[in-house]
Amino acid sequence: MSCCAPGTEGALEFEKISHGLPSSEELWLASRDLGNGLRQTDLSVPGVHCGTCIVTVEGALKADPLVTRARVNLSTKRVSFVWKAEENGQRTDPVGLVRRIAATGYDAHLFSSAEEANDAYRNELIRAVAISGFAAANIMLLSVSVWSGASDATRDLFHWISGLIAGPVLIFAGRFFYRSAWSALKHGRTNMDVPISLAITLSYAMSLWETIHHGPHAWFDATVSLLFFLLIGRTLDHVMRDKARSAITGLARLSPRGATVINRDGSREYRPVEDIRPGDRVAIAAGDRIPVDGKVIAGLSDIDMSIVNGESQPVAAGAGSTLQAGTLSLTGSLVLEATATARDSFLSEIIGLMEAAEGGRARYRRIADRAAQYYSPAVHLLALLSFLGWGIFGGDWKQAMLIATSVLIITCPCALGLAVPVVQVVAAGRLFQNGIMVKEGSAMERLAEIDSVLFDKTGTLTSGRPRLTNRGETSAEMLEIAAGLALHSRHPLSQALVSAASSARDFADVTERPGEGLEAMTDQGVYRLGNRRFASGRAEEQGEGSEIASEVVLSLDHRPLETFRFEDMPRPGAQKAVAALAREGFQTVVLSGDRAPVVKDLAARLGIADWRAALSPREKADYCAGASKAGHKVLMVGDGINDAPALSAAHVSMAPATAADIGRQAADFVFLRDGLEAVPLAIEISRRAGRLIRENFALAIGYNVLAVPIAIAGYATPLVASIAMSTSSMIVVLNALRLNRLAKAEVAASPEKTASDTDIQGARFA
Amino acid sequence: MSNLLILIPVALFMGGLGLAAFLWSLKSGQYEDLDGAAWRALDDGNDKPEA
Repeated sequence: MSCCAPGTEGALEFEKISHGLPSSEELWLASRDLGNGLRQTDLSVPGVHCGTCIVTVEGALKADPLVTRARVNLSTKRVSFVWKAEENGQRTDPVGLVRRIAATGYDAHLFSSAEEANDAYRNELIRAVAISGFAAANIMLLSVSVWSGASDATRDLFHWISGLIAGPVLIFAGRFFYRSAWSALKHGRTNMDVPISLAITLSYAMSLWETIHHGPHAWFDATVSLLFFLLIGRTLDHVMRDKARSAITGLARLSPRGATVINRDGSREYRPVEDIRPGDRVAIAAGDRIPVDGKVIAGLSDIDMSIVNGESQPVAAGAGSTLQAGTLSLTGSLVLEATATARDSFLSEIIGLMEAAEGGRARYRRIADRAAQYYSPAVHLLALLSFLGWGIFGGDWKQAMLIATSVLIITCPCALGLAVPVVQVVAAGRLFQNGIMVKEGSAMERLAEIDSVLFDKTGTLTSGRPRLTNRGETSAEMLEIAAGLALHSRHPLSQALVSAASSARDFADVTERPGEGLEAMTDQGVYRLGNRRFASGRAEEQGEGSEIASEVVLSLDHRPLETFRFEDMPRPGAQKAVAALAREGFQTVVLSGDRAPVVKDLAARLGIADWRAALSPREKADYCAGASKAGHKVLMVGDGINDAPALSAAHVSMAPATAADIGRQAADFVFLRDGLEAVPLAIEISRRAGRLIRENFALAIGYNVLAVPIAIAGYATPLVASIAMSTSSMIVVLNALRLNRLAKAEVAASPEKTASDTDIQGARFA
Repeated sequence: MSNLLILIPVALFMGGLGLAAFLWSLKSGQYEDLDGAAWRALDDGNDKPEA
């Protein structure tokens, strides 16, 4: 297995390296000034995965005299390096540094600004875990001595020390629960943290009172170990979300940070997107994304709109065309007159729709909170009843208070508090290994409930990149010539040709005509590669390409030599994924912004009966809202800007890593691999997780049914309480770990399933 | 009883020392990149201090 040599596929790759790098201005804008003429840049390097990668990337950067420090973070797959802003009085061009990374074969790109605040919160949680763990261990040590028979003054001393340790810990580590419980109560609701807060506070107060009065029983150990266990659950939950978030922010930013504005006097200036005003003239180079809505005043280009409206084929644009923010100029340079600011652009319209589409996320109540809704009143009532019962019939109110407290401690939802997060962390880990990021635990709960799946077409069901379909019919020589021409263009069809060709002929003099094609002057004559009209040089010639497929013609002196056909191919695994969903009884629908024939063809090929074409972003969101009003729980899978409102309107949503920034933000799940199998897999694991959570609840409640009578009868000494609590927590955690075993069994079984595919079997015997 | 008066503070102090060490390592960012640290331990390249 070659571990660390990506990018050695061929010389063709080298040409591509210089494409796709962030521009010098963009890097300046994204870098941080450290003072002393030093600047720091953080880049996402998704390819690093081992020790050699670290050495390679750091070595490449450190070899440059401008770089003073470089460090790769393997967990977040990022590199941060510090460079001198000036060298010999000249401004540094940071692109040179990024090119050094790119030259080693690793992709490097800017990412959306990281949220540092979350890191601080995580550290606070870990600190609380450490401190409560320290306290729990020490108090347990003292408690064991008491249980083994320490008495009188020794016992009182131990109780006092325990109480002194537990007090500050209760405030420091308990604040997470107090805060959450308080905000729930303030809004007239109750959650799991309410019984937790009450139990730890009451048990502490009771134990302190006992200690002061030289009583034999104190529950300091139960109080603190409860905190310790629950904080572990909370921290795991947070770390899981953190990991997913950092993986998602590490994906390349698609929207530009700034653009080159041409001033009235003709001078050019790079400005952040927010500072572009209507009326400004913006220069767009080939390969740039349009930063704001605008009208073309000069230039010609092909515009890739796939991410904005799902249209799969590029559209020609010239003077007078209006362009939406987020579209990509492929082949030519344009001068654009901005018609709106970034905040009023197309994107903001989408954001407005997203806010209006109040999705499942806002209305959904976490399963743990729903359980707490019934659980906490029942528990509190039980404690109150045993207090009154023992007080009235026993006559000893102090004894009654002790028993009520022990009921609260025994029933304190330690296992319930762990039941959900532990399962979800294990499930998220399984998904993570399969390249699926989960934004939050509730997403898995929601995904387990769905009954229908809505797919976007371009970029979701299809790969969003055209592929050569008639390679077998074309001669290798023609392909070589065509690839040589295509190498000079960013048009998706050209790139498809280049990636299909094994070698490319060298052409010295190639010009690109936006909207038409490429032309090369050679000794043999004039080669043209482009649409049929352009290649044959006759304006009246009509293309033969159907509405579904696109074609490119190669000609020599207007004599057609070869026709290449392309189609936007389904994502790998799309067929299998749709079939798997159908088997499970899900209803599948295609919602596309593309034209009807294309959508119909793809839907038929994948075996999806229900499809809608030419939908606007609002119509997509309305469809989702309509389905949920009809009682369906829908999963929306989409990638484009136009899908974002639907993604937030759906009960739960998923997006591929190639999605627009806003789509990735709106989605609950993001899958990083190419294959669409991620969809059924995520549903499957979420359902198993849901089953395990319910099992865990059953276990926790069953434990309570056994333990509560003991507490009410007055036999729950601190020793009994802590044994009961730890065993129930352990059982719940062990049950959650079963998910790992189930998922492994499934992975082991799947090769047998695919082995029935004849081509795989053929490959195996070949 | 009198030996407890010495032993308990000693035990607490030593436990506290461990806790302090952990909190310090957390603060100095030693848990930021656990995967990377696992690999860096195996890197026997140039480990001279940077000039």
